[in-house]
Amino acid sequence: MDVLLHQILSGLATGGIYASVALALVMIYQATHLVNFAQGELAMFATYIAWSLIQAGVPYWAAFFLTVAIAFALGVVIERVIVQPVEDKPILAVVIVFIALLVILNSLAGWIFTYTIKPFPSPFPTAPLFGNRYVSSHELGSIGITLVVLALIFVFFRFTPLGLAMRAAAQNPVSSRLVGIRVGWMLALGWGLAAAIGAVAGIMVAPTVFLEPNMMSGILLYAFAAALLGGIDSPGGAVLGGFIVGVLENVVGSIIGTELKLTVALVLIVGVLVIRPSGLFGKVHVTRV
Amino acid sequence: MATKVLEVRALKAQYGPTKVLHGMDFGVEDGGITTILGANGAGKTTTLRAVCGMVRTQGEITFAGTRIDGRVTESIVRLGVAHVPDGRGTFVNLSVEENLRLGAHTRRDKTEIAADFERMYGYFPRLKERRRQQAGTLSGGEQQMLAVSRALMLRPRLLLLDEPSFGLAPRIVQELFEIFRVINQTDRVSMLLVEQNAAMALRLADHAYLLETGRVLISGSADELGRDESIRRSYLGY
Amino acid sequence: MTNNKDVIRRNALSRGQLIGLAALLAVACVLPFVVSNYRVFQLTLTLVYAIALLGLNMLTGYNGQISLGHGAFYAIGAYVAAILMDKFGVPYWLTIPAAGAVCLAAGFLFGLPALRLEGLYLALATFALGVAMPQILKYKGFEHWTGGVMGIVIVKPEPPEWSGLSQDRWLYFVVLVCLVAMFVIGWNLLRGRIGRAMVAIRDQPIAAQAMGVNTAMVKSLTFGVSAMYTGIAGALGAIVIQFVAPDSFNVFLSITLIVGVVVGGLASISGAIYGALFIQFIPNVADEISKAAPWAIYGVFLLLFMYLMPTGVAGFIRIVGGRLRQRRMR
Repeated sequence: MDVLLHQILSGLATGGIYASVALALVMIYQATHLVNFAQGELAMFATYIAWSLIQAGVPYWAAFFLTVAIAFALGVVIERVIVQPVEDKPILAVVIVFIALLVILNSLAGWIFTYTIKPFPSPFPTAPLFGNRYVSSHELGSIGITLVVLALIFVFFRFTPLGLAMRAAAQNPVSSRLVGIRVGWMLALGWGLAAAIGAVAGIMVAPTVFLEPNMMSGILLYAFAAALLGGIDSPGGAVLGGFIVGVLENVVGSIIGTELKLTVALVLIVGVLVIRPSGLFGKVHVTRV
Repeated sequence: MATKVLEVRALKAQYGPTKVLHGMDFGVEDGGITTILGANGAGKTTTLRAVCGMVRTQGEITFAGTRIDGRVTESIVRLGVAHVPDGRGTFVNLSVEENLRLGAHTRRDKTEIAADFERMYGYFPRLKERRRQQAGTLSGGEQQMLAVSRALMLRPRLLLLDEPSFGLAPRIVQELFEIFRVINQTDRVSMLLVEQNAAMALRLADHAYLLETGRVLISGSADELGRDESIRRSYLGY
Repeated sequence: MTNNKDVIRRNALSRGQLIGLAALLAVACVLPFVVSNYRVFQLTLTLVYAIALLGLNMLTGYNGQISLGHGAFYAIGAYVAAILMDKFGVPYWLTIPAAGAVCLAAGFLFGLPALRLEGLYLALATFALGVAMPQILKYKGFEHWTGGVMGIVIVKPEPPEWSGLSQDRWLYFVVLVCLVAMFVIGWNLLRGRIGRAMVAIRDQPIAAQAMGVNTAMVKSLTFGVSAMYTGIAGALGAIVIQFVAPDSFNVFLSITLIVGVVVGGLASISGAIYGALFIQFIPNVADEISKAAPWAIYGVFLLLFMYLMPTGVAGFIRIVGGRLRQRRMR
């Protein structure tokens, strides 16, 4: 029972990471109907930026917010410069562009920061909160930060004019232009936000998995699984999916061992897609003949 | 001579390689209502889309003294042109209220926007009842009212209407056109109305153009066209 | 408007095209004798990739099913060949059809649940397959067969006495023969009824079904055949490289394959060759340009190709050829 509780809480902590990356994926998907395969590498690169700032003596939280801002700017620039020229080209060409981005970011990170595994500091105390034996302070703090970020995003989209404009641009770009929305810039903003969310996810997970250029690939896969499980066009679903996947991964992993964890993700993805492609909360798409 | 809020000269338009408009000249008087009539496929919708920058065009389009041909849709809209497209273009997954709020996206005057909300609810009480409902769940007539209201939330100088009567019961069409008349007279909103329902359009408009395969065939005051039996029977179907 | 002459021309090779192909084949036969052994090795791998790319192109280019995990079938083919040779002493040339048969079945089986997935969802499912494959190969339960993390070493096949060729050159011709055979089979398949059904399903799936095309069967079969091609390529690749290990078949292999198909040109047989040349030689070029971050340069090449030739090399050639033909007709 003890162990199970620990697995569940630990799973919630990683689940929060998956939820954040899944949310970033869904945001871009909603706006473009494309899956950003480079999402993980963007997050990894941002985490390296944070690491560099901390190494240079910048205090943790200052580095945190500075990195989030830089990641936001990077996302906007990438959308305007690299993605926008191909947005009306065939879909596979766009997929290749994302892959190119993935490869470039991964390689640049390895070149600039080397492939040596680096430790990454956690802002939370090492001693567990209240001396409990189920969850570390970092895991708890991680869950907390994730929830705060998700809440902020929710408030932004639901209650601000800019959030409304972004939602409109994602759902119906033609009508959005007819009310004067600059759809291109809404897209860029979406990328910026997705990159910022990814940066937070990367910074939160780095202390646990250690910082190296390939640290996000497994996480990206789980984030896909989470987004699909929740419904690829449902942000709330993606978040819930993330937490579910996190817990499932830990619990199942403790039963069958950690070597087949990625296979579990595969089975989950294929399973969801075959049984219920629209996920738990996504919309079922009816094709008009 | 009243000034024209919209002046179009030698307008050509095409979808990819397919040419649809072959050189049109028309205009809308400031504060007036102009209607464009014609059979299906004559190019009426394309004309409105051309004014909004939604298709590739050649020729001159001048709005309130500024050339707008070649501009992107969103910048034309920001100059004060509102378009109610065919199919209505409502944001079906957003609420009625959110749809209206988006109509005012480019405006900053909060009190005036709030006043405009009340005015739209005044014209269309059913929208007020359903203001938190998802727009996609509204009936056809209600969605049309929503589309028109959203366009009006821009406080446009020129309102483009693409077949507003489409799919609506006759009684609702009459209500709608009555509201158009009111808006035109009290708020001095100029209108360019594309319609299949020629009878109703000619009763509302001051000026009319008859379009056939991408060219202006006949142009004249709405009264004249409405009274001319031969035109009515040959081209307008009544 | 296409008239009858154009339709006939599309379905059979013109005399000019036949002469061109013969010349190409002649060059291919002479090449291994005029370049170094290492280059022969590289060219052999290029031919191997071309077979794999043709398989993937059938699925993704002609049939519209996006697969980001075809490296998995390449891996299966490679391991079938390796295990048969290492554990059962099967001669290398028998392992090739064996690998093809296994992958045909595997592809068909994977294609069945994949029937319900479209576009993006299929891409994600196959991506997951590609990512998970190394882990499956490393699984301790299979270690007795697969050799676990260490993989399997294969003995390089000896060329027969009568050929008088070196090992590398002999393998080159073995692969070349396989390639010609596979391409001819593929070409016949694609321009026949099944090929047209594949394209119809890609472009207008509902209309195709309404016209009586058994969409499910064609799609699953395409998956199977595509996997078979890639599996055969995997077997050949294993024989050429003489080594299989789980980590050489990771998701980057799947990504390399789809890159090859898109850069070469979707729905194009010649695209397989252009794509194979790209994925074999451009990484080397990138390495020359920057030892420190070669993949970054590779990524930049990819971006340039997508901006300038989004329909791939074959598509670009088609467009240029079309414009030249138009100008000549005036």
